[in-house]
Amino acid sequence: MTVTVDAAPYTVEEVCERFDPVMGLEVHVELNTATKMFCGCANAFGAEPNTNICPVCLGLPGSLPRLNGTAVESAIKIGLALNCRVRERSGFARKNYFYPDMPKNFQISQYEDPIVFDGYLDVPLDDGTTWRVEIERAHMEEDTGKSLHIGGATGRIHGADHSLLDYNRAGVPLIEIVTRPIVGAGVRAPEVARAYVTALRDVLRGLGVSDVRMDQGSMRCDANVSLKPKGTSEFGTRTETKNVNSLRSVERAVRYEMGRHAGVLLSGGTVTQETRHFDEQSGTTSAGRPKETFADYRFFPEPDLPPLEPSRDWVETLRAGLPERPWERRARIQTEWGLSDEELRDLVNADALDLVADTVDAGAPPESARSWWVSYLAQQANTAGVTLPELAITPAQVARVVALVAEGTLTNKLARQVVDGVLAGEGEPDEVVAGRGLAVVSDESALTTAVDEALAAQPDIAEKIRAGKTKAAGAIVGAVMKATRGQADAARVQELVLERCR
Amino acid sequence: MSASELISLDAAELARRIHAREVSSAEVTRAHLERIEAVDGPAESGVHAFLHLDAEGALAAAEAADRAIADGAPASPLAGVPIALKDNLTTTDMPTTAASRILEGWRPPYDATVVARLRAAGLVPLGKTNLDEFAMGSSTENSAFGPSRNPWDLTRIPGGSGGGSSSAVAAGETPLALGSDTGGSIRQPGAVTGTVGVKPTYGTVSRYGLIAFSSSLDQIGPCARSVLDAALLHEVIGGQDGNDQTSVSAPLPPVVEAAQAGARGDLAGVRIGVVSEFSGEGYQPGVLGAFTDAVRVLGELGAEVVEVSCPSFGYALPAYYLIAPSEASSNLARFDAMRYGLRVGDDGGHAADEVMSLTREAGFGAEVKRRIMIGTHALSAGSYDALYGKAQKARTLIVRDFTAAFETCDVLISPTTPTTAFPIGERADDPLAMYLADLCTIPSNLAGNAALSVPCGRSADDGLPVGLQIMAPALADDRAYRVAAAYEVARGADTAPRIPELRALETTR
Amino acid sequence: MSDITRDDVAHLARLARLAVSDAELDMFSGQIDAIVDTVSRVGEIPDDVPPTAQVVPQTNVLRPDATEPSLRRDVALAEAPAAEEGRFRVPRILGEEL
Repeated sequence: MTVTVDAAPYTVEEVCERFDPVMGLEVHVELNTATKMFCGCANAFGAEPNTNICPVCLGLPGSLPRLNGTAVESAIKIGLALNCRVRERSGFARKNYFYPDMPKNFQISQYEDPIVFDGYLDVPLDDGTTWRVEIERAHMEEDTGKSLHIGGATGRIHGADHSLLDYNRAGVPLIEIVTRPIVGAGVRAPEVARAYVTALRDVLRGLGVSDVRMDQGSMRCDANVSLKPKGTSEFGTRTETKNVNSLRSVERAVRYEMGRHAGVLLSGGTVTQETRHFDEQSGTTSAGRPKETFADYRFFPEPDLPPLEPSRDWVETLRAGLPERPWERRARIQTEWGLSDEELRDLVNADALDLVADTVDAGAPPESARSWWVSYLAQQANTAGVTLPELAITPAQVARVVALVAEGTLTNKLARQVVDGVLAGEGEPDEVVAGRGLAVVSDESALTTAVDEALAAQPDIAEKIRAGKTKAAGAIVGAVMKATRGQADAARVQELVLERCR
Repeated sequence: MSASELISLDAAELARRIHAREVSSAEVTRAHLERIEAVDGPAESGVHAFLHLDAEGALAAAEAADRAIADGAPASPLAGVPIALKDNLTTTDMPTTAASRILEGWRPPYDATVVARLRAAGLVPLGKTNLDEFAMGSSTENSAFGPSRNPWDLTRIPGGSGGGSSSAVAAGETPLALGSDTGGSIRQPGAVTGTVGVKPTYGTVSRYGLIAFSSSLDQIGPCARSVLDAALLHEVIGGQDGNDQTSVSAPLPPVVEAAQAGARGDLAGVRIGVVSEFSGEGYQPGVLGAFTDAVRVLGELGAEVVEVSCPSFGYALPAYYLIAPSEASSNLARFDAMRYGLRVGDDGGHAADEVMSLTREAGFGAEVKRRIMIGTHALSAGSYDALYGKAQKARTLIVRDFTAAFETCDVLISPTTPTTAFPIGERADDPLAMYLADLCTIPSNLAGNAALSVPCGRSADDGLPVGLQIMAPALADDRAYRVAAAYEVARGADTAPRIPELRALETTR
Repeated sequence: MSDITRDDVAHLARLARLAVSDAELDMFSGQIDAIVDTVSRVGEIPDDVPPTAQVVPQTNVLRPDATEPSLRRDVALAEAPAAEEGRFRVPRILGEEL
């Protein structure tokens, strides 16, 4: 008997009184290589439709795949970062099925021999503990094109009259990272799922191999969930939830499916093995394609690509180049810079950690670097409606501005104007200083002349100063600052005014 | 020089005269276009070697070659010589159909690597030749556009799948052609049309732009009337190509040098193995007679001829008819009416999936459908281990047999095909009988080694051409060329003319 | 015989996207059964023989990650059975995206 349950009537706590949840997470990551997996077309997001296509990625008769070396290196790096073993001999296979967005009607993938396998990731959880997620494999494959459904009510596939295909994404390199079943997480299963995907994203970002933008689809997660009645060892029937497009959704989707499965099982039904779609708005899942029978993909070795046999030297060179793990790096930075937990969290949340670190690497003291990014630059980003990393200024440029202030060429106020100039595209900080004439006026004779002119313009005030009312000097300093458009050092002007009235 | 003389000359001799400016490439090209005009049509009764002719393009290429030669800068030793291309090689200036309705009229946006190399070498492409649809067949009867005919007997098949290329060469329509050989599709048509056909070592000629039939077996190679011509063409098309990652980095074997050395007629010290499995039941007596004569001639040239056994070759045919259909079922999946080619049933009522099925049903011929279904079956989860998996193991055994045989022999020989050209229609309804035509040629595709077919006189029982197959180890193609060239010279001229007159065709027009 | 039935052939035709007719099914099922029966001889080969999938002697053939020109869009679309808004136009797609 199949019972349809739309709502998830049980909380995670209730579910876990009777069941142990079992999860499997499959994450697809688009690599940020310059070109596609098997041809020299640009691997770019958002280009005009069908402008990054060629005979190879369009699957034209006679074309042959040409494996991208950087993609292979990225796959190995990902494997090493996930503590995987690198297979001595691996290769590609064809996964055969018909679908209009797949130009050859087979996907070049890896099947029995993924390039890296048997790893793990120690995932930091909110309470400061870690959870070890075991990685079964990570393998290379190619992405499909995109279809646009025309004539349906909402551009959805159902009810559409016809579809339009854009193959720009066809052949974009993908790495699919598959976990072993995650068991024993209990009520923490949804949190573990989110924490795993978060940690994976951070690792991949640290490696620089992918943009890992879930909102743009460069990182996509499928969550498999099943429930095992407590005290049994048989896994239950699993569902595979797709379309999980944010870290928060990973957690919500797992939580919803746990509750839904429990609802079905506790009302005497059986869970149907199927693909489900997550709806961001409602936080629920809905049934998709039923996995009726075992899909027969007729895998066989890809005859057009020779095998891969990464040498020990190659692998060790890649291993030596791996960056620190993100959370280890954060801990080190926190200590080095003397940040409070809150300050560190703010930096991470504002996406500013790397920017500040790069600014420090470019010579700025951590405190100044941090202050620029979290205050003035954060305001500018906010005003412009962009993220901090998208702001049109580099850490090296910020470091230069900090240096100009430190050496006395700029006041803090002038420094902000220099930053404005850089953001406005006026060039490097030094070019903005020159172009806008922003350097502090330190030419004594020019300053003296300006002071003399101000005194001459206001003889009554000059008289008061000469009479010893030094407080009156403020008005003259103000006039000089105005005349030099704020570029003079006010303290020095004050001294000069008093000198000239002696 | 008369047109009839020009069309009977070998490519090497034509090139010599063109480069010496005794005759222009344009004249030579025109002579061949006239010959095609005279004997190729009509499709119902002529040689029908060509599916597409590009007279204008050919003459333009010929004139360009003549100008380069006049400037003292011919692009290559074969510059100015006409050539025909099997219609499963992509060409930007001519349609490419693989003799299938599903690709009728398709204009590829790119040239196959071999085509680009021919153009760069100054050869003159005349047109595209007929084949069994997607190169699946041994007779060209599976062409969607009607069969080609054997110039020596127009009621008989010219072999296949490359029957168009070989019959064009045999009929004097072109001195050179390119073919592709997956199970014998260059060598078997060469044998039954009395021409030379070479399957180079797998990986030594780029497959980029060859419409794939069975990717791990397919190899492009030359068709010609002499061993030296084949070698000259082989050097133009061969060598590593970044567009084909299965193309090997090893230098191309010195095939022209070998053909020239062989022509000096000395095979002293060469050990030749006769494959004992390729004889007996199913072999036409006239074919075996011609083969026995060839063995004698090779002995007279100083070669030591011994018998070798390759017991696993018996698995070659079954393994081939599992591996090739399996790969084909995947390679041909792309013909789905979405991006190019035929589309049937797009009437607003049918969904994409149905349009795919209707198009493939309408666009593929029976043999192609059969092989797609057999391949789909062989790769299915329930049959993979027993069929495709075992075929891969058979491949290992065949490689081992070759390795063992080449430890004691420099080359191996056999008849190229068990019979001479059979009458058109004779095996059309019996796929298994048709498959036997490739019995002797298939092992070299499975193992990837070099193999060629060289004319071996006429069968005493029907007077039709017989081919001698010479197999050499991978990357030792030069050995096969050396032996073939020596044999070619020693055997001497046939009593038959160099090319058939085909006067009946000329008078019926 | 190899026990390939008419239903099996109908299933294969569906998998391979071939809308074969009933008459073809009759013809193909006999032929395919006979062919599979013949080629099944490879079943005699012992399981411990390693497979050969390719005869390419090299490994690690890689392309540098450098962009090359793509096709012009009008060229890419020129051979399409139907095109619209710079895209390939195809009949409505049933089912889910995979």
